[in-house]
Amino acid sequence: MFVKQVSIFLENKPGRIYDVIKLLGTNNIDIKALSIADTDQFGIARLILNKPNTAFNILKENNFIVKINDVIAITVSNKPGGLIDALSLLYNNNIGIEYMYAFVGDSDINASVILKVDNMEDAFKLFEKNGIKLLSSSLVHEKD
Amino acid sequence: MAIFNEKYEKMERSELEKLQSERLVSQVKRMYENVPLFKKRMDEANLQPKDIKGIIDISKLPFSNKSDLRDEYPYGLFAVPMKDVVRLHASSGTTGKQIVVGYTEGDLKMWSECVERALNAAGVNKDDFVQVSYGYGLFTGGLGLHDGATKLGATVIPTSTGNTQRQIQTMIDFKSTCFCSTPSYLMQISEIINRDYDKNKLSLKYAILGGEPWTNEMRDIIEKSLNIKAYDIYGLSEVMGPGVSYECEYQDGMHINEDMFIPEIINPDTGEVLEDGSLGELVFTTITKEAFPLIRYRTHDLCRLNKEKCKCGRTFIRMEKPQGRSDDMLIIRGVNVFPSQIEEVLLKERVGITPNYQIIVDRINNNDTFTIKVEMGDDLFSDDIRTIEKATKSLESSIRSTLGIKPNVVLVSPGSIERSEGKAKRVIDNRKLI
Repeated sequence: MFVKQVSIFLENKPGRIYDVIKLLGTNNIDIKALSIADTDQFGIARLILNKPNTAFNILKENNFIVKINDVIAITVSNKPGGLIDALSLLYNNNIGIEYMYAFVGDSDINASVILKVDNMEDAFKLFEKNGIKLLSSSLVHEKD
Repeated sequence: MAIFNEKYEKMERSELEKLQSERLVSQVKRMYENVPLFKKRMDEANLQPKDIKGIIDISKLPFSNKSDLRDEYPYGLFAVPMKDVVRLHASSGTTGKQIVVGYTEGDLKMWSECVERALNAAGVNKDDFVQVSYGYGLFTGGLGLHDGATKLGATVIPTSTGNTQRQIQTMIDFKSTCFCSTPSYLMQISEIINRDYDKNKLSLKYAILGGEPWTNEMRDIIEKSLNIKAYDIYGLSEVMGPGVSYECEYQDGMHINEDMFIPEIINPDTGEVLEDGSLGELVFTTITKEAFPLIRYRTHDLCRLNKEKCKCGRTFIRMEKPQGRSDDMLIIRGVNVFPSQIEEVLLKERVGITPNYQIIVDRINNNDTFTIKVEMGDDLFSDDIRTIEKATKSLESSIRSTLGIKPNVVLVSPGSIERSEGKAKRVIDNRKLI
């Protein structure tokens, strides 16, 4: 059902994202999507990874503040207006978006979007019922 | 220049010491009878009030400390029934809890006298307009200066702190001749006046500045930029409030009101009294206070005493500007801050299990900046920025309500706060008092 997202605290100083990316790279973790949220004080790196649990443990061992939480991943057609249907469903049902980011998947035809909303269960059911393509966690994650 | 109370301020040393001895002996007796903690300490030291025959015996007496005020909070150290206490003031203690001090009517009179002497020594008299820009309220600065200036017969303008534009407009419109505030605040005001106002419209002649450490270089800048004389005033709530000591026109050390307070300089580590002129911790014994007397109270301010006779004619000993602290207290924007207070808030807000923090103080444009670095913990972290920001804001406001000043909380990576020998360095004070 939901996809696992790994969030990492980034202190506002040079080299912090580099440290994260290097650590994941040397441990053979594949980054499927990456988004950085930042304030003038600190940042949060949000990552969709092939092996979220393995990555979580490695990051922890290396003293990062890290957290795993559920997000919804949907696939929309990679053309103008592709996202409209999904967002209008949320809007019409009064579901607020906390954050979202997009990533290009394996094909050029579809794009994928990660969503965190204030009512995850309802949003998921709504998408399911209305034919929005949901990316299952087995498609995104590998065994870890 | 005028001397407000020649009888005391110019008293022969031998006569002054006789007066101090008499007052000390009766103070010790009164405290032994009325303050249980003092009696206990005397008993433990095998001392009876009759063993104290004069100031020569003062070093036999036990020290008192800020922690006593906290332990006996609120009224355990008061030496008179509460019906005789007419005023309370408070200041921050070493932990979240404030400390409280009290005054009888007689104490308030003596305090006013201290301030009158200080104002008069700077040249202020009843023709002057005294703008009091220290905080009014539980802090002793505002009301202390207010009462003294009122009793002196000056025209008092109680602006209290804040609202810099209005402070300046009031200073111009009301023709203030004397301004009382922290030195850094007047420096800030002076910059704005020189930038945005016509300096010739000011009637200002003197400033009475205190509440935080400052230097003679700061004095030069203030005096030149505003064309005034700036005088230092010293005090602490536990001992009285502003006016414990003050500068005369020679601006060469602050005369201690020795008919009311006996100063000593001790080695902060051993408690041993140091010889004249040595740098050490300043200790005060109050000898006229009724409600809240203190014996050998450790101020933790480091300074020197100067026994040389002053050109002004006053015989009162002079203390140099304090050069630092023998504990970890910081003075930020005139407010006393102990790192332990911040630690307490962090623990209460449960930011991680062992909150690691660092206080960084700096002075930018004559304004103290106050940053607290906190290591991010699992409890505080979320994938949502707003959740973290909300927690930071709530931390800032808790610290503000404990200390009275707002910090800027910055979250940093775990383990990133530098540690020396396993212990985190808690305070970085980058302020350079030019």
